[in-house]
Amino acid sequence: MTMPFYVSPEQVMKDRADYARKGIARGRSLVAMSAVEGIVIVAENPSRTLYKISEIYDRIAFAGVGKYNEFEMLRIAGVRQADMKGYSFAREDVNARSLANAYAQTLGQVFTHEMKPYEVEILVAQVGTGPPDDELFHILYDGTVMDEEGSTVLGGQADAIADVLEQRYEAGLARDDAMRLGAEVVGGADGATLAAGQLEVAFLDRAKERRAFQRVRGSELDGILAAQ
Amino acid sequence: MNDSPLPFFTPGADPGASFADLLARTSPEAPTVAQQAVTEAMVPEITQGTTIVAIRFAGGVVLAGDRRATSGMSIASRRIEKVFPADDTSGVAIAGAAGPAVQMVRLFQTQLEHYEKIEGEQLSLEGKANQLALMVRTNLPAAMRGLVVVPLFAGFDERRERGRVFSFDVTGGKYEELDFQANGSGGVHARNWIKASWIEEITRDDCVDLSLRALFAAADEDAATGGPDLVRRIFPTVATIDATGYTSLDDDAIEARAEAVLGGREEGAGL
Repeated sequence: MTMPFYVSPEQVMKDRADYARKGIARGRSLVAMSAVEGIVIVAENPSRTLYKISEIYDRIAFAGVGKYNEFEMLRIAGVRQADMKGYSFAREDVNARSLANAYAQTLGQVFTHEMKPYEVEILVAQVGTGPPDDELFHILYDGTVMDEEGSTVLGGQADAIADVLEQRYEAGLARDDAMRLGAEVVGGADGATLAAGQLEVAFLDRAKERRAFQRVRGSELDGILAAQ
Repeated sequence: MNDSPLPFFTPGADPGASFADLLARTSPEAPTVAQQAVTEAMVPEITQGTTIVAIRFAGGVVLAGDRRATSGMSIASRRIEKVFPADDTSGVAIAGAAGPAVQMVRLFQTQLEHYEKIEGEQLSLEGKANQLALMVRTNLPAAMRGLVVVPLFAGFDERRERGRVFSFDVTGGKYEELDFQANGSGGVHARNWIKASWIEEITRDDCVDLSLRALFAAADEDAATGGPDLVRRIFPTVATIDATGYTSLDDDAIEARAEAVLGGREEGAGL
């Protein structure tokens, strides 16, 4: 009988974390910002059909980076959770915090118990009545939840982009300015502003009473990026 | 399902984009549409909604309903709503047992939104009508015991660029109407009134007026249908659906139209 080698728990966790981080680092990045009119989310995504950003509920959006099939599964589970909650209770009872906690528990469980951790980082964003009420929950592959203030960056080059964004982002940014800023920084350290065709942009409209989620694309996005 | 706080499914058990299936998988005891048994003796006590109409015009449809709900010989509510948006481009009006009907509308609204979010695009208008037909069909056992729900579904078909009207029977049969349909206890009176006045070129505003006249005619003949109540300021619910989407007319607009329309030929009791 062969004896399995002893591997310390620290080493197991570190290996898994490295594995997940490597997977995420290969992917493209995403930024989210709280603006005057609502929350702006900008992702680098050349696909027109496989989305990284989507609607969860009235005032809640979901965004994921990393392995598409994994965050898509999480997105669908989130939509189901939110719709069931809204149907059994009331629409106003659905909130980002409880959804973020459910995601965190799920990711944490998978990270410690499954063969392979999810190679994803996700964002649950909820638009409030004013920018201070906006909620941005950034959840990592191991279930770590961060409640971000104002702006957040997900994905491969998150640290480099966050450094740039930190200098340029300010509270009270207008929606279109936030989209232009997102297009400038999301490409990463090489500094090139991405064209509309390389971007996926979505917006949670503060003024909407019900479904606040909107995609900004096509000529509308061209117009916003071209203006100064 | 697993132990996760989120609803995950194995590929074989995945409910896909169906919200009703999702409910059935996660909480089997929750009735999706009224499946509770009732005895015959209870039936007269059940709150019933009455007259609803759907009329097509050149660029869309008008959905309207009176505001009365009855329970046996008494009035259960003077201001019940029977016309609801299903989503941005379609609406549903309900006649029959009010409880299960309102529940059905809620499930239907959730289903349409759920599908759109999961699949990333809206159902076609025909697809929406079929979904509603399925829900009416699910209600059949309850309908056999007196809890009949017969909705009218109308919407703007963006692919064909015109308004469409669908009616249903208790068995879940779905029938597309060419131009208009009315349902509920006063439906036959409303339908006759519409039939006499409807023309192909009818405009949106004329269509709104016609729906008010038809509901008034129904209220004149049918005790379970409420007419415009000028004392309490209760007026029928009217919604229009066209290329710009679902618009519910506010009370002031309906009051103004009702006064203009009913001050004319219908003033006397000669109907």
